[in-house]
Amino acid sequence: MSRLTVITQTRAQQVIEGLYKDLERRIVASPPGLCPVDMASAFLKLCHAQTCGKCVPCRVGLAQLQKLLEDVLDGNATLDTIDLIEKTASNISDSADCAIGYEAADMVLRGVRGFREDYEEHILHGRCTCSLDQPVPCVDLCPAGVDVPGYIALLGEDRYADAVRLIRKDNPFPAVCAYICEHPCEARCRRNMLDDSINIRALKRYAVDKAQDVPADPSAKATGKKVAIVGGGPGGLSAAYYLQLMGHQCVVYEKHKQLGGMLRYGIPNYRLPRKRLDDEINTILSTGVEVHSEVNIGKDVTLAQLDKDFDAIYISIGAQTDKKIGIPGEEGKNVISAVEMLGNIGDDVMPDFTNKRVLVIGGGNVAMDVARSSMRSKASYVGIAYRRRKSDMTALYDEIEGAIEEGCEVLELQAPVRIELDDENKVSALWVQPQIISLQDRNGRPSPKKAKVEEQRIPCDIVVVAIGQGIESKPFEDEGIPINHGAISALDHSGIENNDGIYAGGDCVTGPATVIRAIAAGKVAAANIDNYLGYNHIIETDVEIPEANYADRPKCGRIKTKERDANERKNDFDPIEYCMSDEEAKQECSRCLRCDHYGFGVFKGGRKTQW
Amino acid sequence: MVTITIDHRQLEVEEKKTIMEAAKDANIIIPHLCFLKDLNEIGACRVCVVELEGKEKLVPACNTIVQEGMVIYTNSPKVRETRKTTVQLILSQHDCECAYCSRSGNCSLQTIANDLGITSLPFEKEVTYLKWNQNFPLIRESNKCIKCMRCIQVCDKIQDLHVWDVESTGSRTTVNVSFNRRIEEADCSLCGQCITHCPVNALHARDDTQRVFDALKDPDKITIVQMAPAVRAAWGEQMGLTHEEATVERMAAALRKVGIDYVFDTNYGADLTIMEEASEFLERFTHKKEDEMPMFTSCCPGWMRFVKSQFPEILSHISSCKSPHQMFGAITKTYYANILGVDPSRIFNISVMPCVAKKHEADIPAMEDSGYRDVDVVITTREMVRILRAEHIDLKALKDEPLDDPLGESTGAAVIFGATGGVMEAALRTAYNFVTGSNAPEDAFKVVRGMKGWKEAEFDIEGNTVRTATVHGLGNTRKLIEALKKGEVHYDFIEVMACPGGCVGGGGQPIYDGEEKAEERAKVLYGLDKDAPLRHSHENPSIQKLYEDFLEKPLSEKSEDLLHTDHNAWKMPGREENGTFLHSK
Repeated sequence: MSRLTVITQTRAQQVIEGLYKDLERRIVASPPGLCPVDMASAFLKLCHAQTCGKCVPCRVGLAQLQKLLEDVLDGNATLDTIDLIEKTASNISDSADCAIGYEAADMVLRGVRGFREDYEEHILHGRCTCSLDQPVPCVDLCPAGVDVPGYIALLGEDRYADAVRLIRKDNPFPAVCAYICEHPCEARCRRNMLDDSINIRALKRYAVDKAQDVPADPSAKATGKKVAIVGGGPGGLSAAYYLQLMGHQCVVYEKHKQLGGMLRYGIPNYRLPRKRLDDEINTILSTGVEVHSEVNIGKDVTLAQLDKDFDAIYISIGAQTDKKIGIPGEEGKNVISAVEMLGNIGDDVMPDFTNKRVLVIGGGNVAMDVARSSMRSKASYVGIAYRRRKSDMTALYDEIEGAIEEGCEVLELQAPVRIELDDENKVSALWVQPQIISLQDRNGRPSPKKAKVEEQRIPCDIVVVAIGQGIESKPFEDEGIPINHGAISALDHSGIENNDGIYAGGDCVTGPATVIRAIAAGKVAAANIDNYLGYNHIIETDVEIPEANYADRPKCGRIKTKERDANERKNDFDPIEYCMSDEEAKQECSRCLRCDHYGFGVFKGGRKTQW
Repeated sequence: MVTITIDHRQLEVEEKKTIMEAAKDANIIIPHLCFLKDLNEIGACRVCVVELEGKEKLVPACNTIVQEGMVIYTNSPKVRETRKTTVQLILSQHDCECAYCSRSGNCSLQTIANDLGITSLPFEKEVTYLKWNQNFPLIRESNKCIKCMRCIQVCDKIQDLHVWDVESTGSRTTVNVSFNRRIEEADCSLCGQCITHCPVNALHARDDTQRVFDALKDPDKITIVQMAPAVRAAWGEQMGLTHEEATVERMAAALRKVGIDYVFDTNYGADLTIMEEASEFLERFTHKKEDEMPMFTSCCPGWMRFVKSQFPEILSHISSCKSPHQMFGAITKTYYANILGVDPSRIFNISVMPCVAKKHEADIPAMEDSGYRDVDVVITTREMVRILRAEHIDLKALKDEPLDDPLGESTGAAVIFGATGGVMEAALRTAYNFVTGSNAPEDAFKVVRGMKGWKEAEFDIEGNTVRTATVHGLGNTRKLIEALKKGEVHYDFIEVMACPGGCVGGGGQPIYDGEEKAEERAKVLYGLDKDAPLRHSHENPSIQKLYEDFLEKPLSEKSEDLLHTDHNAWKMPGREENGTFLHSK
């Protein structure tokens, strides 16, 4: 017997390790709409398999809990069973020796408290409140419901223009989304069960690059109805596009010089090339949309006037004002807001930060946009001060990494406390209080707390505040539109209570969100405004979707798009991402599992051909 | 065309065909269970999987499209083994109590299990038993359901009523009434199409045969059978009789052997219906009241349940005529009881119907205008066949026997009631005569026949144009009513049959998995009409006598009392009636 041995994994352990990874990916790809009680029971079974067996609460209790959950599912429970589950779980949570036990019990507790109605439905009626409404994960998770498997199949057959037309059925901004969509569609892609989600956004990019100009579909016969669209961002233009296709004359009122909203005044050219944006907007306008730019509704023209002149109104003003950080020195020169900086860039008024040290405050995508734009404006140093950790940032991972590659420095766990100004009232430094990451807040996000160290001085010439945007809702409030926490109050169908014919959607209702959510809101508004006007125009396309291929699906890596070299791209505002090659796109298309056909999709909900 | 190879045979196949279709064309049988052409091609049961050369995974033949160069094996060792396991898995959730199952011998699961030589089950049985209201005319046995999803598809795609849906998730996924409703409140039309498309016995009609036997046992009861037109086109199918052998007269002989006292014919009631309905139509057509035109037929109880739950606002447009078997029932317990000189309470009316909804119709409280239940029990064609089987009657050895008089006499107009367009055609024949005083040329109205879901025709009757529509299947019906409400179409007279093809395709008819028999059965009825000595309802001498001796004339007070009904007398659960009407122009 040796005194010590080198530990090597047995074959069985290796296989189990692989299975753990499979399981992780499988959970990522969980279809929406599963029964929470059933899932809790299944998780509990897994937890129980992890028990070492030493302690009673975990070894015996988890099994009893699982049995109780099964009783609920099998209709063998009473309402008292719920109390018993809660009591038992609570006791296990309090008495288990290690996390294997108490965390498992906590999971059950969270469930029994979080979806008690579902427990009751099972017990009282032997039924589950859940059902699979839309079994195709990518389509389900796309706020606009874009037919993802459909256009990927079309790309597989080199039918690029058809792919663009199919996307446009639900989203009139295929090119914009090809570049900058946050692609919620990829989150639960069933392909995760094999290897990794499909690179859907990059395939959309491939579609729009290959298709180039695809004219808009023809509009229905003019109805003689007129709709005013307040705000020419992605949401307003989406509503305008569909309403125009339905035969209603839309007039867009835009505060800025140019259309596009945050697409132009929030997202720099290197991420979304102006030309693509302009082309896309022009396609939308080609349906006959009328535009009045540099008109401020509430100031230049009242809402009441619009109400008089139009049959319906859609308010989509977005979230365009900057939020103040509220620290001393904020009033100083060279303290600028992200909204202001990106707005100027949108109108081609480029900043010159030559030999300047820039500090960006914030951790979202906008913070990354201003940081990377600062770098491109010749700053000698760009730092991003953030009070939590890098991993807590709300910006997309690729955006953060892109900024770092280009030379931006992430200053994590640094809470800004004041801006130091010189005699000329100009910025000379940002003072920060170092933090340590600490307890989780109620939403499960770890909070920072003040570290027991001194404040630090970071010298700089410019501070860019990128901590969020607000909504200019006051003028609308003055005209009787209900406002809730600064946002416009709209109902599910985007109508506004007690204001017949007035609809609102997008950032001005939800607060700052994603482009695709604004587009989806525009689509919803268009459908409901159409009905409000007394019509029921159907939006559909004649594009035929290729049959699903029966081919086997060998495990295969996800194609990642390439970007220009960081050292080169940081010097200009030119686009940074390359399109997939034909070879890459073909392979990526072939990875799609066609959930519209395989699985539940072929039975129900696989494809919504119209709306 | 593409070239494929199935089981070493090279075939030229049209593009876009499925492997299943291509194989079928080449007489290669691929076993299947959930597959229903054009309706359920979802590859759920996996019984039809086949192997493709060079591919690891098996593919379902029912929804995999052929591709150039495909090499397919329908019975490779891998397929054989997989298919057997799959069927064993299905069997593990099926109660397999075949000996006392009414679909035994006509069950696709049983056939496949037998065909595959399955003699044991390696899996533990896991059968669910859900409660069901056994008094409802439609019964679901969860312990037999194999989740093929066909019932959902038929109700969604053909009938557009969405009564069924998938319920729960995960291992407890099952089929049940949609939206967590009970069947009684689910707006079910009771068309029974889910029953006739169920591959097993998970769905069936309530069995009322014991009530027939009980009546036969009671010496006080005078048992009367009437059989609907469509029954004669189908009753012999599963008794080994050809359509030529399965005459209504042979059925009469068989039923008398069972002990039925009088064998009559719903056709008599159909002729009577035409007298009333044609008169009612002409009345409405002449006065053209906005809330009465267009007029819809009323003889299909599935349609009546549908209209009450889906479009209660158009009830005033429905003919007030009872359906033929209800009219017949009312006449037996008045006029015929009088002829027999018996107390009507002694008469026990048995309706043999191709229909499940008639079971509900007969139970509607208002259906007792004679003071007695118009109809005492409704059995389906399938139940009648079961009665004949239970009696071990050698049908082939039976000689034809005439039906009893006078309620057995009928015309060709009545027999076509059982096919889509038949009521319309029969009504037009008589309405034409009522208006012009003479019969229209032979088969003047035959364009209303045929399997097209929604047929339109216009006829000139003495300078007046009658615009007709004939629709079958409730999905088509919904489309028609919606178009009518939008003012996109304009009609005077509309015939609706809930079941595709009309009663011949009814939910109470013999079941043939994967086959639609309505068209073939309709041909039998049109053949009987063609050969009938009398082809107009108003020429039926027994009907003429009925009016002379008893009813006086169509729409007389007595007729209104006995043969018509107030559709507002009952409503579907959870539905409020309201009185708005269509705007006919």
